[in-house]
Amino acid sequence: MIGIQHFLIVSAILFVTGVLGIFLNRKNVIIILMAIELILLSVNINLVAFSAYLGDLVGQVFAMFVLTVAAGEAAIGLAILVIYFRGRGTIAVDDINRMKG
Amino acid sequence: MIQTIAFYLFAILVIAAGALTVTARNPVHSVLWLILAFFNAAGLMLLVGAEFIAMLLVIVYVGAVAVLFLFVVMMLDIDFAELRAGFARYLPFGLMVAAVLLAEMIFAVGAWQAGGLALTQRAGPAPSDLPNIHAMGALLYTRYLYVFEAAGLVLLVAMIGAIVLTHRGRAGTRSQNITRQNMRRPEDAVRNVNQPVGEGVEL
Repeated sequence: MIGIQHFLIVSAILFVTGVLGIFLNRKNVIIILMAIELILLSVNINLVAFSAYLGDLVGQVFAMFVLTVAAGEAAIGLAILVIYFRGRGTIAVDDINRMKG
Repeated sequence: MIQTIAFYLFAILVIAAGALTVTARNPVHSVLWLILAFFNAAGLMLLVGAEFIAMLLVIVYVGAVAVLFLFVVMMLDIDFAELRAGFARYLPFGLMVAAVLLAEMIFAVGAWQAGGLALTQRAGPAPSDLPNIHAMGALLYTRYLYVFEAAGLVLLVAMIGAIVLTHRGRAGTRSQNITRQNMRRPEDAVRNVNQPVGEGVEL
């Protein structure tokens, strides 16, 4: 019998995979962005699972908003990546210090 | 029974695809694994009856975001071997953080299973007689209308931001200058001549 715990554990493993991906690919921004997408996906699975479990549609509505923000974040992130690559010819993040922040 | 098999199929595939996304050697393969992960997550969501979100996931992520990633990965000429240099060095630290996170989450699920806090005040109870899309629309366009429009605004800002960031005015291209077009009067542009027969036309 599949309960909500199964969904929560799948989502937890996916979230941890995303975090691990950020740590493993410290230099490659593209993979870091993909790892962030994985994290947001796991959040969505969580929201939808709880929405079904509690019989409350608000979870699905908010999963949609998370989806919106994820799409916007990917677009802006990749745009920044493209202009960074245009200026520097590399996307290695460990020497991104142009803004001296 | 078939639901159980489907759940395990989707769950195992989504986790495997996620793991391969972050460990694949070639970023193009990473994107393809990411697409597989999204498809299987959509399957998981279908299983609990959230058809709309599942379809949205396929359309938005696979149709737009993954293709965007694919374009960027393929357009930028990057030496990926060099970028992977620190992979082994960061592995122990990353695994440590991941293990702590996973342990915490499983602990939280266990604690919640032992008796959840009474937070089950339904904010938007799912009506049983309506299909999923119908019910979501009824909720989205009434109570969450402003949030919905704010989400649209977020997308608009993201779109304008991406265009402004990546647009470059290249030299040597001829583009339309609307102000100059509108400022131009017929007197500047048109000339009436009484052209004599047998002579060339002066332009």
